[in-house]
Amino acid sequence: MAGFDKVVSSYEEAMAGLEDGMTVISGGFGLCGIPENLISEIKRKGTKELTLVSNNCGVDDFGLGVLLQDRQIKKIVASYVGENAEFERQMMNGELEVELTPQGTLAEKMRAGGAGIPAFFTATGYGTPVAEGKEEREIDGRMYILEPAIKGDFAIVKAWKADRYGNLVFRKTARNFNPMAATAGKITVVEVEEIVEPGELDPDQIHTPGIYVNRLILGAFEKRIEQRTVRTAQS
Amino acid sequence: MALTREQLAQRVAQELQDGYYVNLGIGIPTLVANYIPEGIEVMLQSENGLLGMGQFPTEDEIDADLINAGKQTVTMATGASVFDSAESFAMIRGGHVDLTVLGAFEVDVNGNIASYMIPGKLIKGMGGAMDLVAGADNIIVTMTHASKHGVSKLLSNCTLPLTGKGCIKKVLTDLAFIEIKEGKFHLLERAPGVSVDEIIKLTEGELVVPNNVPEMKF
Repeated sequence: MAGFDKVVSSYEEAMAGLEDGMTVISGGFGLCGIPENLISEIKRKGTKELTLVSNNCGVDDFGLGVLLQDRQIKKIVASYVGENAEFERQMMNGELEVELTPQGTLAEKMRAGGAGIPAFFTATGYGTPVAEGKEEREIDGRMYILEPAIKGDFAIVKAWKADRYGNLVFRKTARNFNPMAATAGKITVVEVEEIVEPGELDPDQIHTPGIYVNRLILGAFEKRIEQRTVRTAQS
Repeated sequence: MALTREQLAQRVAQELQDGYYVNLGIGIPTLVANYIPEGIEVMLQSENGLLGMGQFPTEDEIDADLINAGKQTVTMATGASVFDSAESFAMIRGGHVDLTVLGAFEVDVNGNIASYMIPGKLIKGMGGAMDLVAGADNIIVTMTHASKHGVSKLLSNCTLPLTGKGCIKKVLTDLAFIEIKEGKFHLLERAPGVSVDEIIKLTEGELVVPNNVPEMKF
């Protein structure tokens, strides 16, 4: 690496420094826009006792779900964890700690974490189990709860295109949590489908500026579809 | 006769207005998209980051990078936009969505809703539901009026963990269309062929019944 060039050549290098007990923030919604090869590398490394922050936890054999197989996850912060039998088993047996967090609150926690805002008030979750133990405040006649920001030792991100400086462009709904995750990691690692030279991306079209990105790697992606729904051409 | 899933969706669709931005939850609410009245324009918001959700793709159009909040492959309508999750929930939390339709396990006379967890049995998570009910002013809950065993889901107090407190004003069940105000359920309409007595019997929370309760029209 030299100057602003963030490109690394191996997944081993991409995830170097990840240690047991660390917090990892991941982009992705369901299996859409997940950093699938960075997840595989965490599995290969065998890092344990991880706290994972992600909207979902994959399925049994794909996405973050693969980290459940060798019990690498100690705790997960997520909004929706259905459709994953091993997850349910570990949660019910108390082997896996789960902090269910409303989806919008989760996105904002990552955004705040990356933006230097330690906590924020939101009406989401007031009067529900999510509010337990949290500060409550009335503002202009409405009740809010104080939600702390989230930061990660690592953030793992999937983007569509990048230049070598780590400027990122996402594609369609594969963007989801990725831009917020990218801001919230002490070390942010991004895998992409295409890397171009600096200057080739239109500065007006960049979703995530390279300042947030520490390491960048070119990957090949399976892009598994969770719910394949189609219509016939006529309908 | 109790309404079918399609009829529930059809009745909700009658509440749509021209120019509405609408978030439809998973299940029955999704079906509402099939009954958008002729001559009006509605833009569907999907909280994973899509405004202007189109129909399901053909085999040729399938794109793994384009899904809805139910993780189903979809397409984009003309004039659609895509954005990240923080932006998506800024729209929702900030009250910019005109109508939210979602399901529930229980609703009570104080507008509380329980929809995301049955302790010890079903723990999948709230997804975006807590943000949706906290952020929207105009929410319609669609649900069955009672369980298969005849246990009411319209209660004086929700028994399950809440998704939101004091945020529901309209409930459409397979038997009735109900408004919640001043700590009571108010019967607005009944499903065709369903008697007021039957609705009263299956409503545990206090129900105000006017002299004339019209049947829903389709």
